[in-house]
Formats: sequence, C-alpha cells, structure tokens
Amino acid sequence: MKIDRRGLLAVGGSLACTTLIPFKAIASETDEAIAKFTGGANIGTGGITLTTPEIAENGNTVPISVESGKASSILLLALGNPNPNVATINFGPLSGSRMASTRIRLRKTQEVVAIAKLEDGSFTKDVKTVKVTIGGCGG
Amino acid sequence: MAKGVKPRIKVPKQASAGDMITIKTLISHKMETGLRKDSDGNKIPRSIINRFTCDFNGENVVDVGLDPAISVNPYFQFNAIVPESGEFKFTWYDDDGSVYEKAKKITVT
Repeated sequence: MKIDRRGLLAVGGSLACTTLIPFKAIASETDEAIAKFTGGANIGTGGITLTTPEIAENGNTVPISVESGKASSILLLALGNPNPNVATINFGPLSGSRMASTRIRLRKTQEVVAIAKLEDGSFTKDVKTVKVTIGGCGG
Repeated sequence: MAKGVKPRIKVPKQASAGDMITIKTLISHKMETGLRKDSDGNKIPRSIINRFTCDFNGENVVDVGLDPAISVNPYFQFNAIVPESGEFKFTWYDDDGSVYEKAKKITVT
C-alpha cells in the first residue's frame, strides 16, 4: 500500500482526535495539575455540573458556574490557556449547596474542565467546550 | 498595596435560621497575569489576588485559590447556611502580601 502525505495526515489527525481528547493542548501541565489534585485516583463522571456559555464573545470575562452536590473541593482547569490552572474552590462546613460562579479568562476556543473531590474521597469531572471569539490573557 | 482595590459584597440583611443564602462578592483589582508585555516589550510582572476566603463566626464557608486565569475584578458567587446571627468575614490575599478584609452582619430571625 502506498502511503502518501494526505493519507498519513488524515490517519494521524483522526488518531489524535480519538486518543488525546480532552487533554490535547498542554497535556503535561494539565496532567500534573490533575495528579496533584487527585493524587492519581480514578476520575468518574456525573454528579457535577459545569455551566459555561457555548460561545464567549470576549475571552477576558467568561462567566462560568460549577455545582456538585457533595463536593468538598472543586478544581477548575482551562486546557487551552498558557497555564491551565484557573481556581481551586474548597467548601467549608457552612457552605450551602456546593456551587460557585465566577468569571474567567480564556485565550482561545478550548475545553474547560471541572473536577470535584467528593466527601467520600472519590473524584468526578465535567468538561465543556467554549468557543472564544476574542481571546483573553492579553497575548 | 495595589491601587484602587475596593471590595464589594452583597449579603442579605436578614434570614431565617438554617436558611441558605446567596453571597456575591467582587473586588476591583487589575489581576495582571504576568504574561502581558508593555509597549517596550518588557513583561509586566504578575500581580493578582491569589486567595479568597469567607468565614462566618469563625467557621469557614469557602476558601478559593485563584490563578491568573481569573478575570479582572474577581467575582464570586456562592451559598452559605446561617445557623445564627453573626458576621461574615471576607478576606482577599494579594500577591504583594496585602490583605483586604471586609465584614458584613446578618440578623437571623
């Protein structure tokens, strides 16, 4: 079989899409941040809701909100930023429903990840893609 | 101390015991990421609020670690449970070592 450049690119592209999502952008730093938070534990899904706009016109202030019923802390990551860390929210004993909303900067269209540490010690995450028209971070 | 830093907080004045209330906080701060360059091409040093906490009568409500990806004038909205009358204490920690504090009273009926 003859392998030309176009075919190779197509195969490579689809491989990258299937294997590397969602940590394709700055994998090492993101992995590090996640490992630091979870201690290498498995991350499940469900039980956490991350709310982001589908399209953010201005990447300098993107309103996001995260909620997880039994979370003791939540880690927020933006995978396409120069530095993936966004915020770490720790909930104290007097916190009501475990929710918080804030405004973040996004450099470009990318995935925003929220990982929650639940009270029983397990982890769960939610991923949302945000399309950014004008990037933040002043880059 | 960074210039023009002013915390603003919204807490209901009254609540019933055990009620869940919504708190909104905003502090005006330039949140310089440390990635931008000035017109001469020099990096503008990082200057952000790196931690925000809220306590009620000495008990913690939330403790947030902030990174440069938080927008200018960091805004947070969260919920709290108020068991009795008392005072919310809000604290912001600046990169330059400054600490900004503000307190709000709430009456539980």
